[in-house]
Amino acid sequence: MNATALEKIRAAFPDATCSQVLNYVVVDVQPEKLQDTLTRLKNDQDFNCGLLLDVTAIDYLDYPTPQGARFRVVYTIKNWQDNLLVQVRALVSDPEAGVPSAVPLWDSARWGERETYDQYGINFQGHPDLRRILNHCQFEGHPLRKDYPIDKRQVLYETDSLEPQIRARLADKGIDEATMKDINTEVMYLNLGPSHPATHGAIRILTALDGETILANVNEIGYLHRGFEKTAEQRTYNQIVPLTDRLNYCSSMINNIAYVKAVESWLGIQITERAQFMRVVLTEFYRILDHLVCLAAALVDMGGLTNYWYLYNEKEAAYDFISRLTGARLTSSFTRIGGMYRDFYDGWKEDLERQLVDIEKGFGDALKLVQTNRIVHDRTQGVCVLPAETALSYGLTGPTLRASGVAYDMRKDAPYYNYEAFDFDVPIGTKGDVYDRFMIRFEEMVQSVRILRQVMKMIPEGPVNIKDSQVVLPEKAQVYNNIEGLANHFKLIFEGVKTPPGEWYDSFEAANGELGFHFVSDGSGRPYKLKVRPPCFYVMGAFHKMVEGNMIADAIINLSCINIIGGELDR
Amino acid sequence: MALGLEANLGDTVITTKLDEVINWGRQYSLWPFVFGTACCAIEFMSAAASQHDISRFGAEVVRFSPRQADLLLVCGTVTYKQAPVLKRIYEQMPDPKWVVSVGACACSGGIYDNYSTVQGIDSIIPVDIYISGCPPRPEAILDALIKLQDQIKGESVLVDRHKDFKGILD
Ligand code: SF4
Repeated sequence: MNATALEKIRAAFPDATCSQVLNYVVVDVQPEKLQDTLTRLKNDQDFNCGLLLDVTAIDYLDYPTPQGARFRVVYTIKNWQDNLLVQVRALVSDPEAGVPSAVPLWDSARWGERETYDQYGINFQGHPDLRRILNHCQFEGHPLRKDYPIDKRQVLYETDSLEPQIRARLADKGIDEATMKDINTEVMYLNLGPSHPATHGAIRILTALDGETILANVNEIGYLHRGFEKTAEQRTYNQIVPLTDRLNYCSSMINNIAYVKAVESWLGIQITERAQFMRVVLTEFYRILDHLVCLAAALVDMGGLTNYWYLYNEKEAAYDFISRLTGARLTSSFTRIGGMYRDFYDGWKEDLERQLVDIEKGFGDALKLVQTNRIVHDRTQGVCVLPAETALSYGLTGPTLRASGVAYDMRKDAPYYNYEAFDFDVPIGTKGDVYDRFMIRFEEMVQSVRILRQVMKMIPEGPVNIKDSQVVLPEKAQVYNNIEGLANHFKLIFEGVKTPPGEWYDSFEAANGELGFHFVSDGSGRPYKLKVRPPCFYVMGAFHKMVEGNMIADAIINLSCINIIGGELDR
Repeated sequence: MALGLEANLGDTVITTKLDEVINWGRQYSLWPFVFGTACCAIEFMSAAASQHDISRFGAEVVRFSPRQADLLLVCGTVTYKQAPVLKRIYEQMPDPKWVVSVGACACSGGIYDNYSTVQGIDSIIPVDIYISGCPPRPEAILDALIKLQDQIKGESVLVDRHKDFKGILD
C-alpha cells in the first residue's frame, strides 16, 4: 500500500476516523454509516475492494481501556489488484439490534456474518439466513464472549434437520415440488455425511436430487469446532504455535510460519536473512506436501487407487526429512517468534534435493496416469464450474480462486520474505472446473520445486534467531550459568512475549489460500483475541454454487479437489 | 500326534474350543471403520499406505459402512456436536465390535480443554484400547492393533462385553 491510499480514503470519508495500521488502512465509522462505507469501498473505482476476506467481532468486556461500547464488528476487505487492504470497523452497543448485513455486497458475508453471530451473538439486519454455523444448533450462549466460561460444556443430542434451508434453496431456484409431482417425479433428499468417506473428516452435505442431478444443496459444518480461538486467549504467544499446527494439519509448518509472521509484524521485528529463507524453504516444501495429500485423496475418490500409492509414498518419505528437522512427523511446531526453533541440520540440502527428485517422480508418475486419461477428463472437465466473479464474491483465495482464472497470489501481489527475488509462475485456470482445480495443484508443485531449488542456492549463512531478550529465549548456557539468563528465561516462559496494545491483521499465502490472523492485544503476553481467517471456510461457503446442477458423483470429486481441512474449516 | 478322541478320527478332524477357533478368525480379520475427524486420521493414512502397510496385520479391509465393520478406530477430536454421530455409528456396527481410541484428543480431549470438546470418547462409547500421542505414530496404531488381537484371544463368544455401559448420551 502507498501512503496516498490513506489520504484518498480520508478524503472520501470525512466523517470516519481513518488510520494506518501496519500496511493497511483502518476506517472507523458510525454503525449507521457502515453499509454506505462498505458499498463505496466496493463499488467506487478508486477503491474497488472486490474481496471480503473476513468478518469478525471483538468483545471489550474485559479490555483495560474502554472503547465506547462492548462490541465492535470488523470487516476486512481487499482490492487484490492494487494490494489495498482496508478494515472497516463499527462499534455495536446493542448486539440484538446489531448492524446491517453486507450480504448484498459480498456473498462471503453469508458465512462470515453467521460465524460472528454464532460466536458473539451480534445480529446482522437483513441477513437471509442468520443462524449458528460452528456451534450446534441447540447450543446456548455465545462462546467467544468474554463472559462465557471456557469450560462450560453442553451435551447436545439433536441433529439439525436443515429442512427449511433446503426448501428455501429449492424455492430460490424456482423448483416447485407440486409441478414435479405432476410430471410424476419427486425430489429426493440425500445426506452425504457427516461421516462419509468422501467428506475426509466431518461435513454434512445435504442435497435435493432429481434423479442423480443436484437441484439444491446446503451444507453444515462445525463438527470439528474445537475452540481454537477461545483456547488461544489463554495461551502465551509462543504456546499458540502448537495449536496452529492443528489448523491445516496437512501443512502444519505453513500455519506456524504465517502465525509468527503476523505476531512479528506487530512487534516490528525483522527476522534474520537466514530465517526468512528457511521459512520460504519450509513453506514451499509443505505446499507440495499439502497438494500431494489433496491429490492423492482426490484421485482415490475418483477410483484411482494407484495414484494414492504414488503420491502418498512421497509424503511418507518426506516425513524422514521433516522428523530429522523438527522431531515430529505431522505436528511440526518449528517456528518461534523472532526466528526458528533451530537451524537446519548438516546435510539438509542433500536430503532435500533427494526428496525433490523423488517427489518429482511421484507426481510425474501420477500425472502420466491422469493427464491424458479419458475417464479423468470426462469426469472433471466442465464439471462444477465456478466463474471468477462468483469465486471472488464468495471470498475464495488460493488455488481454487486461481483455477477460476483470477491471478491473485500474495507471493506475487504482496510479497514478503524476498518472494519477489524468485523466479516462478502462478498457474491459473481457464474454466474454473474440477479439472482446473486438479491441474493447478500439479502445476503449483512444479513451481514450488522451482522456488526451492533457487532458495537452496541463495540461502545465506548466519543466525536463525534475532538477538532480543524481550522476544527470544536466551542460550541454554546463559540460563544454566547466570541469574540474568535464568530470570530472562523464566519471564519469557511464564509471561510470554509482550505485545503493545492494539489490533492488527496479517496474512500469508498458505497452500489453500489466504491464511490471515486477526489479533487484539491488551499489552500482555497473551492475545486478548485471536481470530483466524481460514481459506477453506470461504471455499466451502461456495460449495453449493459449484455443485448445483451437477451430478451427485461430481459433488464427491469436487469436495476432494477443493481440499477442505476440518481443523482449519471449523477451528 | 493326536490323542484321545482325535486319534480315532484321523487327520481330517481337529477338535478345539469354540472360543479359540472363533477368536482366531476374528483376530486376524478385523475390518476397521475409520472415524477420522482430524489430524490423527492423517497418521492412519500413513499406517494404511505402503510403508507401514496395515494389511500385514489383517486389518486392511477398511469399510466405510459401520454395518460391515467390527473395529471402530476413532482418529481425532470429537466435539459435542459430533458426539451423537459417533454414538450412532457405534450402534450401527454389529456385534462383536471393538473400539480403539487413537490419539490424545479421542482419549482425553487432548490440548482442547474447552467448551466444545468431549474430554475422552469413553464418556460416549466403551473403549478397548487407548493410543497416546498427538498424533500417534503409525507404528503405535499397529501396536494397538496387535494388543487388541491379544485381547480378543482371551475373550469368550458367550459374554456380552458392554451390556452395562452408560455414557453421557444414554
Ligand atoms: S491428538 Fe493431536 S494430532 Fe490427534 S486429533 Fe488431537 S490434536 Fe490432532
